[in-house]
Amino acid sequence: MSRTEIKIGGFGGQGVILTALIIGKAASLFEGRESTMTQSFGPEARGGACSAQIVVSDMKVRYPYVTVPNVLVVMSQEAYTRFEPQLDENGILLIEEDLVKSGPTRGKIRAFSIPATRFAEELGRKIVLNIVMLGFFTSVTKLVDADAVRKAIRDTVPKGTEELNLKAFEKGYEYGLNKLKEEKKKLG
Amino acid sequence: MKADPKGVLTGSHYLDGDHACCEGALAAGCRFVAGYPITPSTEVVERFSARIPRVGGIFIQMEDELSSSIAILGASWAGVKSMTVTSGPGFSLMMEHIGLAVMLETPCVYVDVQRGGPSTGLPTLPSQADMMQARWGSHGDYEVIAISPSSPQECFDMTIDAFNLSEQYRTPVFLMMDECVGHMTEKVVIPPADKIEVTPRRYTKLPPGKYLPYKPDRDLVPPIVKAGDGYRFHVTGLTHNEKGYPVMSADCQETLVHRLVDKIRVNAKKIIRYEEEKINGADVIVVSYGITARVAQQAIELARKDGVKVGSLRLVVVWPFPEKRIRELAGKTKAFVVPEMNYGQIVFEVERCAAGRAATFLVPHGGGTTHNPEDIYKKIMEAAG
Amino acid sequence: MKKEHPGAPLLRMDRIPHIWCPTCGIGTTLNCLISALSASKLDLDKVSVVSGIGCTGRGAGYIKLDSFHVTHGRAIPFATGLKLANPKLKVIVFSGDGDIIAIGGNHFIHAARRNIDIVVICVNNFNYAMTGGQVGPTTPLTANATTMPFGNYEKPFNLPYLAESSGAVYVTRWTALHIRRLTGAISETLNKKGFSFIEVISPCSTIYARRNKLGDGLSLMKFYHDNSEIKHGANTRDVNIEFQKKIVVGKFVDIEKPTFLEARDEHYRRVLGEKYQPYGGIG
Repeated sequence: MSRTEIKIGGFGGQGVILTALIIGKAASLFEGRESTMTQSFGPEARGGACSAQIVVSDMKVRYPYVTVPNVLVVMSQEAYTRFEPQLDENGILLIEEDLVKSGPTRGKIRAFSIPATRFAEELGRKIVLNIVMLGFFTSVTKLVDADAVRKAIRDTVPKGTEELNLKAFEKGYEYGLNKLKEEKKKLG
Repeated sequence: MKADPKGVLTGSHYLDGDHACCEGALAAGCRFVAGYPITPSTEVVERFSARIPRVGGIFIQMEDELSSSIAILGASWAGVKSMTVTSGPGFSLMMEHIGLAVMLETPCVYVDVQRGGPSTGLPTLPSQADMMQARWGSHGDYEVIAISPSSPQECFDMTIDAFNLSEQYRTPVFLMMDECVGHMTEKVVIPPADKIEVTPRRYTKLPPGKYLPYKPDRDLVPPIVKAGDGYRFHVTGLTHNEKGYPVMSADCQETLVHRLVDKIRVNAKKIIRYEEEKINGADVIVVSYGITARVAQQAIELARKDGVKVGSLRLVVVWPFPEKRIRELAGKTKAFVVPEMNYGQIVFEVERCAAGRAATFLVPHGGGTTHNPEDIYKKIMEAAG
Repeated sequence: MKKEHPGAPLLRMDRIPHIWCPTCGIGTTLNCLISALSASKLDLDKVSVVSGIGCTGRGAGYIKLDSFHVTHGRAIPFATGLKLANPKLKVIVFSGDGDIIAIGGNHFIHAARRNIDIVVICVNNFNYAMTGGQVGPTTPLTANATTMPFGNYEKPFNLPYLAESSGAVYVTRWTALHIRRLTGAISETLNKKGFSFIEVISPCSTIYARRNKLGDGLSLMKFYHDNSEIKHGANTRDVNIEFQKKIVVGKFVDIEKPTFLEARDEHYRRVLGEKYQPYGGIG
């Protein structure tokens, strides 16, 4: 697929924008592809609903906005309610399972959930929940190369927090691989 | 002249348009920024204030946009490339000093990251409704140069272009960004300093006593001096002669203002820049700029799938306007479609140049978000008949 | 034998005669500035004069130095940019009360607060003279103005008090009669670092004096002579001017404080250490 649209939703302070930034950076700077990251701005983005969008493409991104996301990552109930109806019916839905109560899936949507906040707390810093989610995203969607994402994490997170963030990434990444195995088994 | 490597952050970066604009300014040799916080432009000065103490230069957050827009003129007359950055309401406050910059022929750059208006409008959301204000906002007659980037990479590249043009023509240059481009993040490649061409200030070669501040060169641009070099020159916002002295007469007004206008008009061919795509044989030509050019692309592709011959002309330099080119194309195409995030600004320029030889369709949008490509597509289909 | 004006070397003689009325105090003040500059050891090539709009605003046009005649009220922010971009320059703002205190009032207080290293000479003639005598922020209570045809009921600013409380390091007031003392004050500010403020009470015989029936230029000078009281170190709270009452003059404030650039330099050296690139301007 040459153009993929990704949407990430949550609430302010969860690191929604940073997650999107790392995905975009991984694709653009460490994989040699093109990407455009846009975000919702304004007072409503502080503490309230917050979302970011990334278009990843093998060619130059002309139209920069996400209209029908192929991947939706939700870290709040509100984001789920608002954005789930936009998701492509062949898309992938990634859910923070302790924060979002999801309903039945539409069409051929593949849904995967993870207790990212709990994992982050186990790692000692609840703040890295977004990076756990990012690891989960990376292994489940395979949209962006894992090493490129690791490089983008090192390049983006505050100095001194690289190891913690990479641990968080691996935690989510492993969990995602297991979820894929489970899915495979189920489909037999 | 090559860029000073001290300001150049060579490498590939993932930046939004605001940050890219700041890096463009540093690469162009800008060492003085005065600004006042205003959404959605603030990130430019935030980055500059963090970068400049480690590059060598000055950032000052002034008490308002009035003072920011003239502090940069003071700095420019000290010989330092300077810039201010703002959005709608601040841009309105700066208008008087844009006139002063034109009148004193001061090289400097004004960046307007356009948001929805009028008044406080939509602070965090886009528009392209300041395009005519950039052209005509200050009182009196003058011509300006305005550039409209449509990606963070272009925000970097075109900030450098803006500085270069301002030095070349001794005139304020506008970088007309919009909130979308300002807050959109993409890869920005910053070349090594020796690959960045920077226009040096056109200092006079004449000694004090022989030098006249407003005696133009052949291209109508007078060479400049800076404060502190012994020229003991005078400049004034009043109508002035070649010596820079005020003369309150119709003759002097004619000589001065006509030259100020001609300085841009005569050199327009060298300044104007646009990008064309599939223009030959096109039945409909979409004329667009800034973020809207990228949105329009989606509509153009839809229409082409329907078999319509659609061409695209993207204005890179919006002012001066490519009158001649639009006139030529008007004789060859059926219609122009002009989508812009306002209720009609640049479309009137297109209409004026088309002069009835091609139909002109506006796709208006009040701002707050970009066009729905579908609306542009429909207009293209209507124009194609 | 034709004798040259003693100020000629620093005047644009090709622009004389000037526009100021006979017995106006602006020319006198400009002369004091020229005398102070001539006597100083400054490299005059490195001195810039910036004026705004108004009668006093024409000052920059007559002085033969790098001189800038800018927009109404914005001489101070222009001077701020000039000075910060080239700290080697000595920058003098020469403008009127309406220009600096009304339309430019916000810039005045902020430049003083930041302690921008400039000299501000404010010629106060109690009204907008260029436009024909409108009320200004310094017009004394009860004084008549074209836009206060029944007398002024707005309380004026006390400029030295405003300057001091905003952060100026040097504050003085003289009248256009005090030529020697005014010249001396300007000389002091030429060697002073930081935001220096000089208020010069100036007769406006054509507009303000005529409208208020205060007599001709000579009688105004006589008024200053009889009613000025020199009080160095006076509390600036106490030096407000009332209509045709005593005028307290003198040097009120002369302190030391780091300038904007000194404070910036010191701060960045401390917090950024080796990474800090000090800036000294170009050329």
